[in-house]
Amino acid sequence: MVKSTSKDAQDLFRSLHSAYSATPTNLKIIDLYVVFAVFTALIQVLYMALVGSFPFNSFLSGVLSCIGTAVLAVCLRIQVNKENKEFKDLAPERAFADFVLCNLVLHLVIINFLG
Amino acid sequence: MATQESPPPGTSSAMRNAFGTVLSALILLLIGVLAFSIRLFSVIKYESVIHEFDPYFNYRVTQFLSKNGIYEFWNWFDDRTWYPLGRVIGGTVYPGLTLTAGTIWWALNAINIPLSVETVCVFTAPVFSAFASWATYLLTKEVKGSGAGLAAAALLAMVPSYISRSVAGSYDNEAVAIFALIFTFYLYIKTLNTGSLFYATLNALAYFYMVCSWGGYTFIINLIPMHVLLCIVTGRYSPRLYIAYAPLVVLGTLLAALVPVVGFNAVLTSEHFASFLVFIIIHVVALVYYIKGLLSPKMFKVAVTLVVSIGMVVCLIVVAVLVALVASSPTGGWSGRSLSLLDPTYASKYIPIIASVSEHQPPTWPSYFMDINVLAFLVPAGIIACFSPLSDASSFVVLYIVMSVYFSGVMVRLMLVLAPAACIMSGIALSQAFDVFTASIKYQLGRSSNSKDDAEDNTSTNNAPKDDSSSGKIDKGEEVAKERSSKKGKKKEREPADKPSVKSKIAKKRALVLPLEASIVALLLLIMLGAFYVIHCVWAAAEAYSAPSIVLTSQSRDGLHVFDDFRESYAWLSHNTDVDDKVASWWDYGYQTTAMANRTVIVDNNTWNNTHIATVGTAMSSPEKAAWEIFNSLDVKYVLVVFGGLIGYPSDDINKFLWMVRIGGGVFPHIKEADYLRDGNYRIDSEATPTMLNCLMYKLSYYRFVETDGKGYDRVRRTEIGKKNFKLTHFEEVFTSHHWMVRIYKLKPQKNRIRGKAKKLKLKTSSGLDSKPVKKNPWI
Repeated sequence: MVKSTSKDAQDLFRSLHSAYSATPTNLKIIDLYVVFAVFTALIQVLYMALVGSFPFNSFLSGVLSCIGTAVLAVCLRIQVNKENKEFKDLAPERAFADFVLCNLVLHLVIINFLG
Repeated sequence: MATQESPPPGTSSAMRNAFGTVLSALILLLIGVLAFSIRLFSVIKYESVIHEFDPYFNYRVTQFLSKNGIYEFWNWFDDRTWYPLGRVIGGTVYPGLTLTAGTIWWALNAINIPLSVETVCVFTAPVFSAFASWATYLLTKEVKGSGAGLAAAALLAMVPSYISRSVAGSYDNEAVAIFALIFTFYLYIKTLNTGSLFYATLNALAYFYMVCSWGGYTFIINLIPMHVLLCIVTGRYSPRLYIAYAPLVVLGTLLAALVPVVGFNAVLTSEHFASFLVFIIIHVVALVYYIKGLLSPKMFKVAVTLVVSIGMVVCLIVVAVLVALVASSPTGGWSGRSLSLLDPTYASKYIPIIASVSEHQPPTWPSYFMDINVLAFLVPAGIIACFSPLSDASSFVVLYIVMSVYFSGVMVRLMLVLAPAACIMSGIALSQAFDVFTASIKYQLGRSSNSKDDAEDNTSTNNAPKDDSSSGKIDKGEEVAKERSSKKGKKKEREPADKPSVKSKIAKKRALVLPLEASIVALLLLIMLGAFYVIHCVWAAAEAYSAPSIVLTSQSRDGLHVFDDFRESYAWLSHNTDVDDKVASWWDYGYQTTAMANRTVIVDNNTWNNTHIATVGTAMSSPEKAAWEIFNSLDVKYVLVVFGGLIGYPSDDINKFLWMVRIGGGVFPHIKEADYLRDGNYRIDSEATPTMLNCLMYKLSYYRFVETDGKGYDRVRRTEIGKKNFKLTHFEEVFTSHHWMVRIYKLKPQKNRIRGKAKKLKLKTSSGLDSKPVKKNPWI
C-alpha cells in the first residue's frame, strides 16, 4: 500500500513537472513572483512569532502588502494567460496597466498604514 | 460592459438606440430630481432645521471640521461631553458623513457660493439619495438590463423606508451610507461580469468609503463572501470570481484598518472572519482548478487522494487552533451589536441599553407594508424572474434580499438595508411583466394584421430592455464566449440565427403569448399599482417621516399650534448659564444639548459607557438627597428633564423612567425595579409606591404641576398625580419652558454652617447608621 502510494506520488510529481514546464515563460515569471511574495510573507510571520507583534500595524501592512501583490499577480496571470477563453479580447497591455494601477493603490495604503 | 456592435449609423436600429439612450438619460435625471424633492417636505412644512438627536452630533462635528480643519478634527478630544471622561471624537466617529459634507461646504465656498454649514448638512441627505437611485439603476442594469434599472431607480427614489432616514434635515450616517452600499455592490457585480482589475480597484475604494460612513459595512464584508461561497458551491467558479473577490479582501481589509474607528478590529473581530475563511477557500478552489487543467484525469485522481489525506490532518489542526482562540473570548469575538443581530434575545438579557433603543426592536408586520408598500409582493415575483436565467449577478441579488429580509426582521432600523434590495427585485419583476405584456400585445396586433415578420419581434421570455433595439442585431460569436458565462439575459440575441433556434424561438414565444385583452387590462392594472405606490410614498413622506422632532405641531380648532420648547430651553441654557457649567439629563438629549446649548453634558447618545449612564439613571431614581450627592460628585450644576404631561407629549422622561431604573439597577444593585411598580404596574397616581413618589424624576417632573389646573392631571398617563404639593429641598427650579416640556433645575449649593440643631440630630442619626460612613449632612 505504501509502495503504491509512493509510486503514485512520484508519478504525480513527474506529470506535474512535465505539464508545468509546458507553460509559457512569461507566466512562469509571474508564478515565480507570486512564490517570492508568499515566501516573504511567511518570513514576516515567523519574525513576528519570534519578536512579538508590536507595532501591530506595521506587521499587518507588511504581511498584507506581500499577500496583496501575490493576489494581484495571480489576477494578472489569469488575464494574460492565452488559454483563458474569457479574456481573449483583453489586451495584455491593458491587463498590465490595471495591475500597475491596483498595485499603486495598494502600496499607497500600505505606506500610509505602515506607521 | 455593453459589447454590442454599434449598428451602422443612419439605420432604424441605430436611431432607436440613440433615442433610447437619450430617453433613459432624461428619465434618470428626472428620477434624481424626484428623489431630491420628495424629501423636502419637512423644509416646506417647518424650516430648514436639523432633526432628531444623532444628526445634531454630526452637525456639531461638521461645524468643528469646517472651523478648525481636518488635522484638528482627526485629533479632536472632546471634553464637553461624558464629563469627566471626555470622548475621543477622532477615534470613535465614522468620519465619512462629516468629511463628505465638509468637503461639499469647502468646495462650494471655494467657488464663492456662500452656503452655511447648516444648509449643507440639511441637504446632504436628499442629494445623496438622488445619487443612490442612480447607483440602483447601474446595479440593476448589470443584473437584468436598463429597463429593470430604470424601474428599480424610480422605486428607490420614493421608497418610504429610505425616505424615513434621509429626509432633508436627517443628517445621519445612513444618508451617505446607503449610496455607498449600493455603489459598492454595483462595482462588485461589474467586476464579476467583466473580470476587470480596474473595477476591482474601484470596488475596494467604494468599500473604503462605506467603511468610513457606517457601522453597517459588516453587512458587505459578510454578504460578498457568502455570495462567493454560494457561487463555488453551485459550481459557478470562474476566474472572474477570483478577480472580483481576492483583491477586495486584501485591499478592503487594509483600507478598513485605516479608519480609526475600525482599526485592528478589521482583522481581529469575528465580523471579518467570514471574509478570510472564504479567501482561503477560494484559493484552494482556484488551485484545484489549475491543477485539474494541468494534469490528466487519472493523475488528477491520484493527486486528490494524496492531498485529501494530508490536507485533512492539517485542516483539523488549524480548525482546532482557531476554535480555541475564538472560544477564549467571552462573546466568541463578536461585538455586542452584531451578537444582538444574530441572537435577537441577546440584548435584552445582557445589554439593556441596546434593548432600550426603540429602533432596535423587531418590526411589526404593518411596518413592512408601511415601509416598502407594494414592493412587498413584487419581491417574490422578482426572485422568480432572477432565476430565469440564473447568472452570478442575479444569484447575488437573490442572496442580498434573503439576508436583508432576515436582518430587517430582527431590527426595525435595518428595514433600511432591505429597501434597495426590494426595489431592485421589484424593478426586475415590473420590467419583466411589462415586457411580457407589451410583447404579447405586439405579437397579437402583428398577427392580427398578418405580418410575417416574426424575427423582428422582441423576445417574450428574457428581458429585452426597452431602449435596446436588439431585435435587428444578431451578434456574432465573439460575444458568446464572454457573455455566456455572465448570462445577462440577452441569450436569445446572442444565438446565431440558424433555422432550428429560430424555430424554437418562435415556438417558445407562442407558448408565452397572452391574449390581447388580458395583456391590456394587466398593463392598466400595473400602472394603477404604480400610482397607488406613488400616492402612498408621497403621503408617508409628507405625514409620517417629515417630523423634525425638535419642533412639534398639532392641529386644533383654533389653528396650528407650534411647540418649540426644546430650542427655547437650549437657548435659555446657552444665554443664562456659564460656559463651563455641566448639565445632567438622560442620554437622549446629550447631543442636542452640546450642539445647541453648547454646555458640557454628563452622558449623551453615544452610550459608550454603561456605568456612567447607570450613574445618571441611579441619580434620577434616588430620593433628592442621594441624587444631590451623586450629581455633586459629578460637578453637575443643572439638571434637565423633559415632561410631556401638560400637553400630552408621550416621549418624555417619565415614560422612559423604567429604563433608567433598569439600567441603573444593572450596575447599582440597590435600585430594584420592583420597588417602583405597584403590583407589576407602573403608576404615578395615588396608588404609586413611596419609592416612586419620592424619586428625583417624579419630583422634578411634577414640581408645581398642580398649579396648572388645580388637580395635577397628567395628559400622557391620564391620571391625576399622586403627590401634588411638595417642596424641593436640594434643587431649585430655574426654567420651565412655555408648554412645560423642558424643565431645568439648579443644584442648591451646600449651606456654609451647620447649625446647633443639626449637630444634635447628627449625633442621633449617626448612631443609627452602622454600615455607611458618617458624612457631613448640612441639610438637617
